[in-house]
Amino acid sequence: MTDTLRKLLSSAFVGFCALSVLIALVPLAFILFFVITQGIRAINLDFFTHMPRPVGEAGGGMANAIVGTLIVTGLASLMAVPIGIVSGIYMSEYAGTRFAAAARFAADTLNGVPSIVIGVFAYGVAVLPFKQFSAMAGGFALGVMMIPIIARTTEELLLLVPGSMREGALALGATRARAVFTVVLPAALPGIVTGVVLALARIAGETAPLLFTSFNNRFFTTRLTQPISTLTVQVFTYATGPYEDWHRQAWAGALVLVTIVLTCSLLARFATRRLERMHARG
Amino acid sequence: MGQGWRKDIGFRAGTGVFALLLILIVGAIGVELTLQSMQSISQFGLDFWRTEIWDPVAGEFGALPFIWGTLYSSILALLIATPIALGIAVFISELCPALLRQPLVFLTELLAAIPSIVYGLWGIFVLVPAVRTVEASLPDSVRSLPMFAGPPLGLGMLSAALVLAIMVIPFTSSVAREVLKSVPPAQREAAYALGATRFEAIRAALFYARTGIVGAVMLGFGRALGETMAVTMVIGNNPQVSLSLFAPQYTMAAVIANEFTEAADDLYLAALVEIGLVLFIITLLVNTMSRLLIWSMARSGAKAPAAEPAAAPAPGTA
Repeated sequence: MTDTLRKLLSSAFVGFCALSVLIALVPLAFILFFVITQGIRAINLDFFTHMPRPVGEAGGGMANAIVGTLIVTGLASLMAVPIGIVSGIYMSEYAGTRFAAAARFAADTLNGVPSIVIGVFAYGVAVLPFKQFSAMAGGFALGVMMIPIIARTTEELLLLVPGSMREGALALGATRARAVFTVVLPAALPGIVTGVVLALARIAGETAPLLFTSFNNRFFTTRLTQPISTLTVQVFTYATGPYEDWHRQAWAGALVLVTIVLTCSLLARFATRRLERMHARG
Repeated sequence: MGQGWRKDIGFRAGTGVFALLLILIVGAIGVELTLQSMQSISQFGLDFWRTEIWDPVAGEFGALPFIWGTLYSSILALLIATPIALGIAVFISELCPALLRQPLVFLTELLAAIPSIVYGLWGIFVLVPAVRTVEASLPDSVRSLPMFAGPPLGLGMLSAALVLAIMVIPFTSSVAREVLKSVPPAQREAAYALGATRFEAIRAALFYARTGIVGAVMLGFGRALGETMAVTMVIGNNPQVSLSLFAPQYTMAAVIANEFTEAADDLYLAALVEIGLVLFIITLLVNTMSRLLIWSMARSGAKAPAAEPAAAPAPGTA
């Protein structure tokens, strides 16, 4: 091969790589553009404060679905935050052990299980025995998805805490539990909180696990044993329905979801940056 | 000592119970799905996966169209996404100016953060009409090929593959980026020292990282297999085995999402759970294999001598 050809090939390759980035950013821009323009046209105060109107009647909002999403994700966090953090502590404290490796493997496996499968599982465990769709079943399904994310984040962040801090505590006569809970965990806490916020943002956007756990509800409810409406399931119902006004509301719902996700991602990014700077300063 | 030791045992056991919970949940998923699908497994056996007719009203349950749709859409998505994802990984880790690196990482990862349902909504109202226009504008000579047979509906395999590809790109590219980071700089430097062009040096790095790259691609495959909402909304939901990109088809995840709450009798429900069980097993295998590949790459990378600073010197950009 001549040198010119080699150089040409090299330039073509560099060009292809740059083009790939553009190809990926185009759909991102398109999605954000449509969600924002269509969403802003559709959103109004009623969306947040009103209930869905009867079929065929324009207007109304998703007040019940917004409250529902808050309740279901809240229940999921109640379940997943303690389990995730404590199992993360185990995986980092006993990092070299076989059992920790098995738990880590289980966490990664759970993380890769399709969300619809989690839904089927939650249906069998939390809906079938009670013969009732419920907010609690939805919270359980999302909680199962949240646990591995929090566990792995906690583990990684705890491992970043300098060993000297733990050793200092142990040298002063602290038990392992005390060293972890009063020294190591507080040092990693800002990062863990960031991880929890990101996990929340991710599960708040989940639809598939809720379809047959928390199901849907046309009415306002805060009862945990009743089916409950959520933003994502409502967007799905409206998007696949036949009415123009439903589509409008689906875009409004999408705008709210994307705003939640974007805000959380940006917050997490700034928080991580600050943490990194703090670590760099030592 | 004795006192503290005992407390440490308590701490270990106390936290260990929660770690055990992780393992138990995975086990419980497998057991629960198996139990719930027993009726379907014992009644149909392997024929379930060989039969093409899905007619719950008539009591006919054949899951071949779903496994076909899942595999076909995921493989198509992979064919589209892999070159792009690797291109992004190479651009961010090897080529782009340091100033652009963080913003680009953030933007590509944003693609992974957008909820599936939003992709679906966008798919229905923006992508599907666009795909329909393109499909309809193809010349008849192309339309007579089996790959492009059938009326141009927009809703169908092509739209599903495109949405899946977009959704998979951030996963593959972020793992590929990490993998490339673990390639010792000496690999590239040696190539440059021998007079290699930028492409040849990067090719050497990619070759060095091949195990991990395959792992990254498989991770994307695992994601595509299980993706539910976006695919459900654009694939057309018609159980048929067809090569045509225009044909409305169905996937395993989509049939569960659509029909689970409508499953009136036990057998119907068991059949849907069995589809879920097989989806669980397939994604488990794909993800495990992917992780083993990435892990073995990371280990061999760590073992390589790293005398120089971690940051790979950017090849002369002037």
